[in-house]
Amino acid sequence: MKTEDLITLLATGAGAVEAPALGQRYATAIGWGVLGASLLMLLLLQIRQDLGQAIWLPMFWVKMGFVACLAAGGLFATIRLSRPGAKIDWVPVALGLPVLGIWSIAAVVLMEAEPMERSKLFFGETWKSCPLLIAMLSVPVFAAVIRVMKQLAPTRLRLAGFAAGLLSGSVAAVVYCLHCPEMGAPFIAFWYLLGALIPAGVGALLGNTVLRW
Amino acid sequence: MQRIDKEAGFRAKEERLRELLVRSLAGDNAAYQVFLTELSAHLRAFLRRRLIGLPDDVEDLVQESLLAVHNQRHTYNPALPLSAWVQAIARYKLVDLLRRRAAYEQLNDPLDDEMELFATADSEAAEARRDLNKLLAELPDQFRLPIVHTKLEGLSVKEAADLSGMSESAIKVGVHRGLKALAAKIRGVL
Repeated sequence: MKTEDLITLLATGAGAVEAPALGQRYATAIGWGVLGASLLMLLLLQIRQDLGQAIWLPMFWVKMGFVACLAAGGLFATIRLSRPGAKIDWVPVALGLPVLGIWSIAAVVLMEAEPMERSKLFFGETWKSCPLLIAMLSVPVFAAVIRVMKQLAPTRLRLAGFAAGLLSGSVAAVVYCLHCPEMGAPFIAFWYLLGALIPAGVGALLGNTVLRW
Repeated sequence: MQRIDKEAGFRAKEERLRELLVRSLAGDNAAYQVFLTELSAHLRAFLRRRLIGLPDDVEDLVQESLLAVHNQRHTYNPALPLSAWVQAIARYKLVDLLRRRAAYEQLNDPLDDEMELFATADSEAAEARRDLNKLLAELPDQFRLPIVHTKLEGLSVKEAADLSGMSESAIKVGVHRGLKALAAKIRGVL
C-alpha cells in the first residue's frame, strides 16, 4: 500500500475524537485498586486494633499525609508520562517534596531521641514484613493503573512503568496505614518508601514489555 | 538573522499543522487528510536522517508512524506543542523498529550479504517494503470488513452495517480496533 493510500484510508470517515479525561480514568482505576487492596488487607491482615485512638494522634496523620502526597506525586507523574511529548520537568519535584518532608521529620525525631532508642525508631517491630506487605497490596492498584495507561500512549516506557508502580505502591501504603501499628517517623521514612519503591522497580522492569504499543 | 527566519518558519509550520489537527479532531476529515499528507513529508525527512543505514525501512516507518498518530490522536493535548507530541511518537516507533531489528538479527545469521547489491534498487526506495494491504487481508472479518467498507470503499457506517450484516456500533468499534490490530500486526512482522 502506498503512503498516500494509507493516508486516504485513515482520513476517510475518521470523524471527531474526544480527548480522554485522564484524571477521571485514573481516579476510577485507583478506586477499583483501593477496593481490591482493602479486601486483601481485611482478608489477610486486619485493621489495627487501636485505630480508634490512633486517629487522634498527629503522627498517624503525618504518616497518612506522607503516603497520600507521594500518591499525588505519582499520579501527576503517571498522567504526564501517559501521553507522548508531555513535559516532565516538575515530576522530580512532585516526587521529591514528600520524601524530603518525611526525611526531615525523621531526622529531627532521630536527633531528639535517646541514642539507645534510635534503632527501635528505625526498625520498629515490623520492618521485615512492612515493605513486602505494601508491595502485595499494590498488585490490584498496579493492574488497574497499567490497564488505563495501556489505552493511552506512553513513549518512555520504563519511566512510565516506574511512575505507575510508585503510584500503586503509595496508594497501597495509604491502605496499609489502617493496619500498620508503626508510628515512628524514621520507620515510615524508610520502610514505607521502600514498600512503594518495590512496585515502582517492578514497573520500570516490566514497562518495556507490558506498556508497548 | 537566518536563525530567526528558521525559527519563525518552524513556528508558522507548527501553528498551521496544529490548527489542522485541532480541526481534524473536531471531525473535519478533509483537514485531517491535509494534515496527514503534510505530516508524512516531515516524518519522512525526520526518519530518513535517522535511518541512513536502513533506507528501505524509511517508508515502512513513515506508514507505521502515521498509523500510530492516527490510533493515538486522542492523546494529543491541544494546549501543548504539536511538534513535541509527533516527535515523541516518531522517535518511539523508530526505537521500536531498531529494537525489533536487533532481536531479528541476533536470531538470523546474515550470510547472504553479497546478494544485497542486486536485491535493492534505487527506484524501490520510495516504496514501502511491507504491504499493508496484505496485513489488512489477514485481519479477522469483524475488523477487516468495517475497514474495507468504510475506509477503502468509502461507504457510510450505516451502508457498511447493512452490507456486512453487522450492527452500526460493531462497525465503528471494528474500525477502531482493527486499526490497532493492524499496528500490532506490524510490530509482529519485521
